[in-house]
Amino acid sequence: MTNLTATVADPAASDAPVIAYPTPLLRIDGVTKAFGAHSAVDNLSLDIKAGEFFALLGPSGCGKTTLLRMLAGFEAPDTGKIELNGEDIAAVLPHQRPVNMMFQNYALFPHLNVRDNIGFGLKSAGLTRLGIDTRVAEMVALVKLQGLEKRRPDQLSGGQKQRVALARALARHPQLLLLDEPLAALDKKLREETQVELMALQRQLGTTFVIVTHDQEEAMTMADRIGVMHGGRLQQVATPRQLYEAPASRWIAEFVGDINIIEGGITHRDGHRLTIAGRDVGTLFAIEPRHPVGDAVICVAIRPEKIRLSRRGPATGLVNSGAMNSLEGVISDVGYLGGRSLYKVKLDRGATLRVALANTARLDVDAYSIGERVAAWFAPDDCVVLVQ
Amino acid sequence: MSARRIFTAPARLAAIPPYVWMMLFFLVPFGFVLKISLSQTAIAQPPYLPVFGLSEGIAGLKASLAALSLDNFRLLVSDNLYLASYLRSVLVAVVSTLILLAVGYPIAYGMARLPRRWQGIAMMLVIVPFWTSFLIRIYAWINILQHDGLLNKVLLALHIVSTPVVWLSTDSAMYLGIVYSYLPFMILPLYATLAKQDPSLIEAAADLGVSRIDAFWLVTVPLSWRGVGAGALLCFIPIMGEFVIPDLLAGSNSLMIGQTLWLEFFTNKDWPVASATAIVLLGLLLIPLLVYDRLQRRQLEVR
Repeated sequence: MTNLTATVADPAASDAPVIAYPTPLLRIDGVTKAFGAHSAVDNLSLDIKAGEFFALLGPSGCGKTTLLRMLAGFEAPDTGKIELNGEDIAAVLPHQRPVNMMFQNYALFPHLNVRDNIGFGLKSAGLTRLGIDTRVAEMVALVKLQGLEKRRPDQLSGGQKQRVALARALARHPQLLLLDEPLAALDKKLREETQVELMALQRQLGTTFVIVTHDQEEAMTMADRIGVMHGGRLQQVATPRQLYEAPASRWIAEFVGDINIIEGGITHRDGHRLTIAGRDVGTLFAIEPRHPVGDAVICVAIRPEKIRLSRRGPATGLVNSGAMNSLEGVISDVGYLGGRSLYKVKLDRGATLRVALANTARLDVDAYSIGERVAAWFAPDDCVVLVQ
Repeated sequence: MSARRIFTAPARLAAIPPYVWMMLFFLVPFGFVLKISLSQTAIAQPPYLPVFGLSEGIAGLKASLAALSLDNFRLLVSDNLYLASYLRSVLVAVVSTLILLAVGYPIAYGMARLPRRWQGIAMMLVIVPFWTSFLIRIYAWINILQHDGLLNKVLLALHIVSTPVVWLSTDSAMYLGIVYSYLPFMILPLYATLAKQDPSLIEAAADLGVSRIDAFWLVTVPLSWRGVGAGALLCFIPIMGEFVIPDLLAGSNSLMIGQTLWLEFFTNKDWPVASATAIVLLGLLLIPLLVYDRLQRRQLEVR
């Protein structure tokens, strides 16, 4: 099977950290799963390496949860293989897999206290009474729940429940931990704290984590690699940086983060340097991606924070030589977001660009106001050229 | 604050009708029965003494009050007939409830695991027998179980037995009738708790290395405790006082307390002893109710 990681690379992303792992712990090979006429997972292949923190990212209904449930053993693939340590586990029942799952709603046993919830799977793991007590104490300490051992789930806060669920899933020392939207039920602040804790925990234990999330920030923050799923297929597997700076398709570019998309066609080619006629924009300079786009209708994608604004524009020499793109227009909207401001620039040619500028000074003497004429400029390097 | 007051006043008013209902249809009749149980039987209309009345003034009322006694309750304790009836009622109710639980739990469990759209149909099937009169259904059982009834005909035709088996007027027939009649009362509360259970709990148990059978005993059963309690109470209490089913299907050599009560009331015309019997039965039935309440309270306290 082709390794999807290799299919996307771009000069802009070449400095992204490449993490080297030994042989894959998990190999998903051509897996398909259909419910009725709808195929939830469609001929999907993916390798996950031991010790990796891998995120499956996608909108709801993209098949990511189905894939996770197949890894846990709750669903069987229609076709394809799932190998763990080189062994096909498709036929292995969930309770016999060295895989544990943290459920989205935590699925804590309401009739058992924290201690018994965490220790639930240890008897069947062959531990003695003493062994169970030791392991539970270890896990309680690991997730910092000391003193709450006797509480029942309904006496715990959301964050505490989340920790119990995590401790319970880790107690059996799984080779692979599956996390189904583990932070979805927490409020924003707690979610951010927990993200950091989860990452530290994963590094400390060295357990392979596969997390399912629809929250791209969560995936970007925590994961070593992200697999973007859409319509039951993996659209791109890449490091967070690659995913953001070198999206493999227009769909991914628009799904991950904020972006301006300019449709157009290539009018001139000089080595890697492309001259593009952008719709409602005018002439643009960009760099040909590693996989040439040919003469197809393309689009140029540019992140709002890669665009700069100024009242006078860059030096005309830079623009004329094709070393800088400069587009003139009028500020049509200003959104103050604290750390940065989001400007909308209505270009003279018709298109509207979104531009994000960091608010580096406290006083707004130099801020742009609505109606002001500006030049929006950005380097050809910062444009991502995508096939339509 | 004021908004709260507006909403509380009608809420408090709404709580009154149940109390009025209980006063009129439980406490007042209970007072009559209690009073009769403390009276003496008499050949009169009504068939007991004393009769409270204001015709002889306050002095007469005082005399009537003094004439009340616990004699009937002493009789209940001293005569083995009553004790035997009470014990048989408890035994029949316990055994029936256990059989009902053993039969009802798998049915309720199966219903709760059906696809959603089938669950409503299954529920209908459980309730449908109520559309036919209870008495008619018991008479139908007599028809099936009698000497030349359907059951014996089938058994003979299949050569399972060579001579007709005596079914009717046995304890087996009575238990069959009781289990048949009370099964919906066991299934419905069990189904209600089992259907509410989060299926991801069973998945979590499987994920943690516990087999399906162990997960059933470790997760499903403890979490259905409330349904088991409610179903058992709904069956146990009326079975304790059951009269019709043992009278029609069981033999006549031993009586349940409901039958004894009937005899005292209608055959012996001894209203006071019948009333005392009923009061003691009520007292006995309070025990399981209190136990259930206690357990439920403890459950709540832990929360």
